[in-house]
Amino acid sequence: MLHLFKYHYRSVVVRWRSTIATVLGLALVIAVFVLIQSLAVGIEKSSGNTGDPRNLLITRQGALAETTSVVTREQFNIIRYLPAVARDAAGTPLASGDVLIIVNLPRRDGTGSANVMLRGLAPAGIALRPQVSLVEGRWFEPGRREVVASRRLANRFADLHLGGKFKSGGVELTVVGLFDGQRSAFDSELWLDADEARSAFERPDYSSMLLRPATDDALAEIRKALEADRRLKMKVVREVDYYKEQTRTAGPIKWLGNGLAIVMSIGALFAAMNTLYASVGARTREIGTLRVLGYRRRSILLGFLLEGALIAGFGGALGCAIAYFGWNGYSTGTLGWETFTEVVFDFQITPALAAKGILFAIGVGLIGSFLPALRAARLPVIASLKSA
Amino acid sequence: MAQTPIVRIRELTRVFRQGEINVTALDRISLDIAAGEFLTLMGPSGSGKSTLLHIIAGIDRPTSGDCIVQEHNIAEMNESALADWRNQNVGFVFQTFNLIPVLSAFENVELPLLLTRLSGKERRRLVTTALEMVGLADRMKHLPKQLSGGQQQRVAIARALVTDPKLIVADEPTGNLDSHSAADVLEILRTLSRDAGKTVIMVTHDPKAAAYGSRSIHLEKGELVTN
Repeated sequence: MLHLFKYHYRSVVVRWRSTIATVLGLALVIAVFVLIQSLAVGIEKSSGNTGDPRNLLITRQGALAETTSVVTREQFNIIRYLPAVARDAAGTPLASGDVLIIVNLPRRDGTGSANVMLRGLAPAGIALRPQVSLVEGRWFEPGRREVVASRRLANRFADLHLGGKFKSGGVELTVVGLFDGQRSAFDSELWLDADEARSAFERPDYSSMLLRPATDDALAEIRKALEADRRLKMKVVREVDYYKEQTRTAGPIKWLGNGLAIVMSIGALFAAMNTLYASVGARTREIGTLRVLGYRRRSILLGFLLEGALIAGFGGALGCAIAYFGWNGYSTGTLGWETFTEVVFDFQITPALAAKGILFAIGVGLIGSFLPALRAARLPVIASLKSA
Repeated sequence: MAQTPIVRIRELTRVFRQGEINVTALDRISLDIAAGEFLTLMGPSGSGKSTLLHIIAGIDRPTSGDCIVQEHNIAEMNESALADWRNQNVGFVFQTFNLIPVLSAFENVELPLLLTRLSGKERRRLVTTALEMVGLADRMKHLPKQLSGGQQQRVAIARALVTDPKLIVADEPTGNLDSHSAADVLEILRTLSRDAGKTVIMVTHDPKAAAYGSRSIHLEKGELVTN
C-alpha cells in the first residue's frame, strides 16, 4: 500500500478543488464533534480538579450530593472533636460544617436567570481549600451579609461584581471579594459564613462537613468511629473522590456529541464517497496501467482506501484546529444535573480528544471510500487502458 | 531467426461476448516467437492483433488453446500470479504512453520496481540506468506534462526496461508521435532486440515502423495471414 503513497497523496493534492470541498465538510463535522466532547471533558476536568486529597467529606448516608445531605449540629460537633481530626496551631479542629443553598440570579447578558450554588462555610472551610485564592477585594466577615464570588461566575451573572448586591430569601447580600478556584467546581460557587447562611436562610442544620484527618490512616479510624455510634449514620469519602463522582452532567453531553457527530458524518461520508468515485472515474487509465505493471487488485483497493483516509485525516486535523484555536479554554456554563445549579467550566480540547476526532474522521473516510476503492480494484484491465 | 521460442502459441482462440453475439477475435492461431526476435504484428483494425498482444503479455486470457510464455501457460495462471508474472517478465509500451501524470519521470520508471524487494539505492541505480539508456537522464525530475510526446514515450520505454524483462510488448508505440520521435522510439526498440537480446513484439499499422522489425506477421479477422 505504501508503495503508492506518493501517487495517492499527489492525486489528492492535484484534485484540490474536490479535495477541499470534502475536507471542509469533514472539518465541520469533526469541529462539532470535538467541541461537544470538549464540553464533557471540561466538566469532567472541573470535577476531577476539585478538592484536596488530604480532606474527607462527610454526608448523610444515601445522599447522592451535598445539596441533598443533612448533617445536624449535634453530629457536626461529635465528629469535629474526634481525636482523629487534625487541629490548627490554636487547637481548633480543622473541620467545617457547610450549608448549601441554591439562589436564583439574573444573568449578565440579560438572557434570564439561573440557579447558583451558595456555600456557607466556616473559616476552617477556606483553609481546607487551598486551591481557592482571593483575587480581588477581601474575604467575607460574619454578620455583615457579605459574600465572596468566583470570578468566573461573576463574569456570567449581573450582580456578582465587586460591590454588587443581590437579594435572596429576603436577605440582601453584598459581594466583597472575588476568588479563583483554579478551574475547579468551586468556580461555580458563592461563599459566605456558614452560621450566617444558616440564620439568613433559616437552615437549622448543615448540609455536609469537610475535615482534615490528623494522620494518613485516620480515614479508617473516623469510619470506625462513625459506624460505632448509632447517632452518626454518615458517609465518609475523600473530597477528591466525591468530586470525581460528580460527573453525571457530562454524560448527556457526550451522548449528544456522539449522536450529532454520527448524523453529520453520514453527510460527510457521502461527500467522501462522491469525491472518490469522481477520482476513480478520472483515473481509470492510470489504474489500468498500474494493474498492467503488476499491481494487484488488493494494492489498488488499499491505495484508494488510503486516499480516502488521507482526505479525511486532513479534514479531521482541520476540524480539530478550528475547535482548538476558536474555543479551547473558552469559559461557559450549563445546568449541573447533580445540583440543578449553574456549572462553570471551559472547553477543554485535549490531545486525546483531538486524536479521537482525527480517528473518527479517518473512520468516516475509510467507510466512504470503500465502495469507490472496490470499484477501482475491480476495473477490467483492458477496458481501463482503453478509457479516455 | 533464433531457435529457442520464448512464446509458443497453439490453437489459440479468443471469443468476446457482446450482448447476445459471440465475436471471435482470434481463431485457432499457432505461432512461435523466438527469444531476441523483434516481431511486428500488422493488420487492419479489428483483426485481433492487440488481443493477441494482450494475451501474450498476460493481461487477457484465451478462450481456448495455449499461450506459453517463458514456460508459463497464461491460461492456467490466476489473477494475482499473472500480476506478479507481468511485473517480473514483461515490459509494456502503450500508444498513449500511460505515464502517471502526478509522478516525475524518475517516479514513473520506478513504479514496477516498488513491487520488488530491491533497496532504495538499488532502485535509484536501475532507474537512472534505464533513463540514461533512452537519453533522458537529465529529465528525471520532470512531470510528464513537462515532456514532449517523444520524451514521454521514451520514459515509458525506460519503465518497460527497468525490471530487465525478457519480453517487451508495444501497442502502436509510435501512433501518437511525429515521424522524428517515432524513428527515435523504433530505433531504441530495435537496439533492445538486437544488442540487448530482448524479445520485442510490436503492434503497428505503419509499414515503415514494421520495417524496423526482424519479422512481421499479418492478421485478418482473427487469423494469421502471413507468418
